[in-house]
Amino acid sequence: MRGLGDTRSRRGSELAFAALLLSSLAVGMAALVALLADVIHDGAGWVTWRLLTQAPSADPAVAGARPAILATIYLGLLLLAMVVPVGVASAVYLEEYARKERWYNRLLEIAIQNLAGVPSIVYGILGLAFIVRGAGLGRVLLAGAIILALLTLPTVIIASREAIRAVSDSIRQGAYALGATRWQVVSRQVLPAALPGIATGTILALSRGLGETAPLLMIGALTFIAFDPTLLGPFTALPVQIYNWIRQPQAEFRRLAAAAILLLLALVLSLNAAAIWIRDRAQRRW
Amino acid sequence: MALEALPARSLRASRPRYGERAIAAGLLACALVSVATTVAIVVALLAPAIDFFRQVSPWRFLTGTTWAPLFEPASFGVLPLLVGTLSVTFWACLIALPLGLGVAVFLSEYAGERMRRALKPALEILAGIPTVVYGYFALTFVTPFLRDLGLGVEVFNTLSAGLVMGVMLIPTVASLSEDAMFAVPRELRDGGYALGATRRQVATRIVVPAAASGIVASFVLAISRAVGETMIVLIAAGQMARITFDPRQSIETLTAFIGATAQGDVPTGSTAYKTIFAVGLTLFAITLAMNLVAIRLVRRFREVYE
Repeated sequence: MRGLGDTRSRRGSELAFAALLLSSLAVGMAALVALLADVIHDGAGWVTWRLLTQAPSADPAVAGARPAILATIYLGLLLLAMVVPVGVASAVYLEEYARKERWYNRLLEIAIQNLAGVPSIVYGILGLAFIVRGAGLGRVLLAGAIILALLTLPTVIIASREAIRAVSDSIRQGAYALGATRWQVVSRQVLPAALPGIATGTILALSRGLGETAPLLMIGALTFIAFDPTLLGPFTALPVQIYNWIRQPQAEFRRLAAAAILLLLALVLSLNAAAIWIRDRAQRRW
Repeated sequence: MALEALPARSLRASRPRYGERAIAAGLLACALVSVATTVAIVVALLAPAIDFFRQVSPWRFLTGTTWAPLFEPASFGVLPLLVGTLSVTFWACLIALPLGLGVAVFLSEYAGERMRRALKPALEILAGIPTVVYGYFALTFVTPFLRDLGLGVEVFNTLSAGLVMGVMLIPTVASLSEDAMFAVPRELRDGGYALGATRRQVATRIVVPAAASGIVASFVLAISRAVGETMIVLIAAGQMARITFDPRQSIETLTAFIGATAQGDVPTGSTAYKTIFAVGLTLFAITLAMNLVAIRLVRRFREVYE
């Protein structure tokens, strides 16, 4: 009769498998550390006041990213103003109003799921065809913001739907029992309870949108802008400025790119951290 | 007791609530933005692409082996771009699929609660880094590193872009695969342990097969994202459209062509300008097909276990 205890070879292969799994994690973490070390090594010395306050220049010694930084801030604010109402309203419709068996609601579901997987550069083509040229808006900041809003819309909808779905039905039933209308239930019970989840999803979407380069390239954000951006004027955003500097042959511009990357990472990662923090704090069990 | 004494009253609202109806209509209108966007994308791609295919036969486009849309005489064979895309995607998947799955199995079957809490944010950081930053990393760190290894890579090359893209996609594979494994009922694992299976056997012979459709969905989604990724290839893989599977050489992908061409001064309405849309349509068709497969697979594992 054989014992149930581990034989030696069995324990060995168990350990080897666990080590293999750990090493796959280690590769990812090592790459992350290498990436951060690379960028910090190249760019830390170039993160200066000048980078924040000066306009770009052909001379790397005096070049800054002020117009790009400002444009990225404007893009973020406009993006939020557009994507939050539309995204949350879509999620409320799908979770609280739509009858799932109707064909048009199914179509909606498929459209949203598919949009979530459309490559970002295709949104750039959309912007080029319809917003920049079709609507005659031109290669302006507002066009960039609309494209980023459309790009991040599926993320916001999907996250908001999950948050709304997680609200216990007993809350809804209780409100209905007290005579609340559907909108009163949604606006006074469901949405407040779903707020942390919605906020988390929205911040993650914002972070993703602000890091996007390709769709903005498509609508001509890769230009030399020496003045502060306006809503209806030409613009360049921080990731596009980074790409522009990476392309330059001089090593100094690479350094500037690395310094601008540090700014972008600080922005994007602190947004991510805020999202994670909200999610962890607000985890409520019904 | 006196229930019968109450007058029979209808529970319907005595008068229509127009405000409620208006709100419902407004919400529907917002939801329709997504449908409108989908339609707009298709129209934006199709209209100029149809124009393009009037001038260049689709057959020549799909089977031609030379891509030189901006030269005289121009040549519009998209195969080099497809091969370039395929080649980068291959190297990305070589990293992302096994490592992502490994991370998922580790998080789902091996890591304790505290470890998961520490590791998941780290993965989220990896997922949150903008692609232009990955491009910089590929160009300024990975390519020189590969050169130091004596691999003889060109300044712009497939391998560096592919490997870095693979790292970028690890969280995509890991998080969706882990969701699928999380949905596998505990009883299946307990059954395995009761029969004397080890942790490794439970993981590889019970949990992974039971979560297979979700894992495959994560793979398909990662491939789709690799095909659609622009900045890494634009920065690190170059703009040299040619048919080669040698990872040390520079190539051009579908996305890199679109990104590079749209920045330049291509006259609007020219055939070269329309190639942006023809290539974009090709890209959209590929990613759409893969996304639909992934959506279907995810729905299947949801139906089985949730």
